[in-house]
Amino acid sequence: MSYIIKGETGDWEIVVGLEVHCEVISKAKLFSGAATAFGAEANTQVSFVDAGFPGMLPVINHECVEQAVRTGFGLNATINKKSIFARKNYYYADLPNGYQISQSDHPIISDGYIDVDLENGETRRIGIERLHLEQDAGKLMHDQHPSKSFVDLNRAGVALMEIVSRPDIRSPEEAGAYLRKLRSIVRYIGSCDGNMDEGSMRCDANVSVRRPGEPYGTRAEIKNVNSIRFVMQAIEYEAMRQVEVLESGGRIVQETRKFDSVKGETRSMRSKETAVDYRYFYDPDLIPLVLDEAMIERLRKEMPELPDAKKKRFTEEYGLPAYDAGQLVAEKDIAAYFEAAAKGHDAKKVANYIMGDLFAVLNKLGKSINESPVKPENLGRMVDLINDGTISSRIAKDVFAFMVEEGKSPDQIVEEKGLKQVTDTSAIEKMVDDVIAANPDKVAEYKGGKEKLLGWFVGQTMRASQGKANPAMLNELVKKKLDA
Amino acid sequence: MSIDREMVKRLGILSRLRIPEENMDEMVTELTKILGWVDQLKDVNTDDVLPMNSVVEDMNLREREDVINDGGIRDQILANAPEEMDGYFLVPKVVE
Amino acid sequence: MTDLVELTISEALDGLAKKEFSSVELTKAHLAEMEKARELNAYVLETPEVALERAQKSDERRAQGKAGKMEGIPVGMKDLYCTKGVRTTACSHILDGFIPPYESTVSQKLEDAGSVMLGKTNMDEFAMGTANLTSYYGAVRNPYKDKTNPDKFLIPGGSSGGSAAAVAAGLCMAATGSDTGGSIRTPASFCGIVGCKPTYGRCSRWGMVAFASSLDQAGTMTRTVRDTAIMMGAMAGFDPKDSTSANIPVPDYEKALTGNVKGLKIGIPREYNPDKGLNSDVRHVWESMAEKLKAAGAEIVDISLPSTQYALPTYYLIAPAEASSNLARYDGVRFGLRVDGKSLDEMYTNTRTEGFGKEVKRRIMIGTCILLEGYYETCYLKAQKVRRLLCHEFAEAYKKVDVILAPAAPETAFGKDDDSTSDPLKMQLYDVFTVPSSLAGLPSVCVPAGTSDINGLPIGLQVIGNSFQEETILRVAGAIESMSGMPIRPLRMGGK
Repeated sequence: MSYIIKGETGDWEIVVGLEVHCEVISKAKLFSGAATAFGAEANTQVSFVDAGFPGMLPVINHECVEQAVRTGFGLNATINKKSIFARKNYYYADLPNGYQISQSDHPIISDGYIDVDLENGETRRIGIERLHLEQDAGKLMHDQHPSKSFVDLNRAGVALMEIVSRPDIRSPEEAGAYLRKLRSIVRYIGSCDGNMDEGSMRCDANVSVRRPGEPYGTRAEIKNVNSIRFVMQAIEYEAMRQVEVLESGGRIVQETRKFDSVKGETRSMRSKETAVDYRYFYDPDLIPLVLDEAMIERLRKEMPELPDAKKKRFTEEYGLPAYDAGQLVAEKDIAAYFEAAAKGHDAKKVANYIMGDLFAVLNKLGKSINESPVKPENLGRMVDLINDGTISSRIAKDVFAFMVEEGKSPDQIVEEKGLKQVTDTSAIEKMVDDVIAANPDKVAEYKGGKEKLLGWFVGQTMRASQGKANPAMLNELVKKKLDA
Repeated sequence: MSIDREMVKRLGILSRLRIPEENMDEMVTELTKILGWVDQLKDVNTDDVLPMNSVVEDMNLREREDVINDGGIRDQILANAPEEMDGYFLVPKVVE
Repeated sequence: MTDLVELTISEALDGLAKKEFSSVELTKAHLAEMEKARELNAYVLETPEVALERAQKSDERRAQGKAGKMEGIPVGMKDLYCTKGVRTTACSHILDGFIPPYESTVSQKLEDAGSVMLGKTNMDEFAMGTANLTSYYGAVRNPYKDKTNPDKFLIPGGSSGGSAAAVAAGLCMAATGSDTGGSIRTPASFCGIVGCKPTYGRCSRWGMVAFASSLDQAGTMTRTVRDTAIMMGAMAGFDPKDSTSANIPVPDYEKALTGNVKGLKIGIPREYNPDKGLNSDVRHVWESMAEKLKAAGAEIVDISLPSTQYALPTYYLIAPAEASSNLARYDGVRFGLRVDGKSLDEMYTNTRTEGFGKEVKRRIMIGTCILLEGYYETCYLKAQKVRRLLCHEFAEAYKKVDVILAPAAPETAFGKDDDSTSDPLKMQLYDVFTVPSSLAGLPSVCVPAGTSDINGLPIGLQVIGNSFQEETILRVAGAIESMSGMPIRPLRMGGK
């Protein structure tokens, strides 16, 4: 089902392409030996190369190249054996050389795609135009001083992968799904930690609108949006704005806009420099990067199982519904948890507990799956106890709560708390008899036709058993006794 | 494309150089002259010739190992700074 | 004992080895000579303390039997090389007061070889010039005199003008130069010394203030070919910090100086002999040296490098384009000059407008222009294509010859106030013979080959070799040196 904006004058379709900057996971920077770790004191992770000192020269970090190639495989893309670094020339206080080393017409990776799953179960394929390596810039701080900005070059020169999608995205939802999928892929590969709030993954959105079937309209670029939700909001707002402009007879200006997350709107960043021209040219300090065939093959062989393949395997191997499998593979660690919990147990039930009770608990505690108080093997074991009748699913709720609280194994909890299900017919019969004997009036009402009271008797008896009575047996016995 | 005062102004903005009004015409003339002079290159047939960016283009680009062996020299990084404070370089306030 | 400043490096190494004198004595003699010759303005910074300290240490090393290739030899350092703790400005106001916290690879290698730095030599601002007239620290005077007009202030050539004048006048035994389009060879020719620009990639560019990265190459300026061989052996070599540095072993260049040119094929490119643009005195020296080489057993081969005429415009597109980007880092934030402004852009503009000289600004403007959309394809890419053609022509030529013999400059040293010095386009023409081999990255050594029969000034010829054939060009240069009858002793300012 396509996303259409119903304008005053008819339908509009939106066209979005995303440029995502992913900070590469590496110990040292792209062209220098300075560290990349977050949180260091200002300018302590800066070499003379990063600070653009006279006579300094770049030497590329091999790990960043490998990360780009791995990510290229993850994007089902072409790995270009020869790529070339170019300088993008502009002035800004966070750019020490007055140029950024990037790649222009010969990126290391090109022509890929990723498939994204939508809420309605559809899958959309979004094309990837390219992935190229480039340097990150430093950071400016504006509020330390009334008339000065402070410059920290710790981030300057850290490797970025800029991943450019084709304008294949047609709705805010697709944009969100694309970003989530991309984040999932780079995290699986370990090439980027994907944390948008920390800025290690950043997104620019190119948005335009058009009448369905017509050529692309003029686009606006929304810069540096720092969460998936904001990207979706920004696209929605921007598309509406463009429709309003066009419907009132205006024209869309090709420009850069900024998303204000507080007001939920985009606004023009009118730059004084109308003359901007980045004057790309191949960096004469570097020569073409030629990838070794053996390295490419090695990396191909070392690729981890990626979300799509894992999802397929989960549906086949564990019999999970596609939606559940999709949920579980979105994060590598959750998928790993699931597999650890599900191996040899009832995988479907394990999946349900993860997506239900466990996610709820983790959410409440603000913990990640790796910090889960419930060990995966304990969750698997709990499902076994349910399935073999040792505990009822109702008691399982209590066992689960104890596991969260105490971290013990379900067997231990059942034992210590005496939570074992009562399946002894005579014991249950006795409890039923007691309840019936104690409530002659209710028995009379039941027999008089108030059949709804059956549930009441079941409830009373269950309470008397402290919840441990096997529910199926209990139901059967109550009915038998009342109807006798 | 010919060189005019607008172009000179634009080049000045791009390269952060102020061209005083009284030197504008001189700069227009000079750039026009030099672009006219280099225009003779169009007489050279370069069909099927690839641009040469470096005479060592056939060498392999050497790659460094991913080890931290630089940085941690803040004092030296800041030693020549015209203006610094608390470990930062200072620039006139940037309004974003 | 001969006057110490008159020695060649190889003589001085002998004397030091035989303990005839110490490095401290040798260094003091040069410091004294520098003092006498300040009118040349060859040094922009004299570093006597550094020099004497290093000389002292050198003598200690020698006493311990740990002498390097240039142990104890006093040298001048072009102000383009970043020297740790010693002001480095590339003779630009914009690098005012810049004290590098690091040492360039080339100057480090020279120090490691035992040499003693006397100071930083004058140069054209950012190496942009052919006459050393663009230096923020003023012009350098060529120690040679025009015999038709002895009072005329002659330029030493550029951009390594301070180094050339210092070597020629005995203010150091050798000096570093750098060559982007002829910056070593032109001043070597004008000052009657040996200047060698090795193959691109032979010497590291790390720590050398960049002008045009695909062309810049470090090189040597000495009074003899043997000294060039010694110094090149100390300077050259692979540097993992420079991605364009060649990982090729450095041979013993001195061994190549056999003096024998028998059987060598020496190419004479006919395009280097234009009807206009080559003075008759230079042509004469060139032709007579070719004859002498032939008499010594070399084979003289007429060759053609048809695209030569396009080398200059090609160079004057590529070099400014790279420079416009290389010089963007001079912005008043991290080092050098800052001229304040109300906004960031205003500060940038104030700083750069005041910090750069006229010629540098001119080249930044040109370079910025030709990288613009609309010019990039027709100017910059076109120039890179012609560059490939030029390289190809050289490669073809070296299938037929071992070296190429050519003038280094179309004429002898000219006056500081000559009309041509105010016209950039005319000044560019002085690079006509040096630029082609720069574009091709080929090694070339300029060696004094004779004097002008008009004004008595020295004339150098360049021997251009195929890539990494420094040994062959030095062999031929050695032969030229021995046949030229040119002096190898300095032209001393204060007399002996």
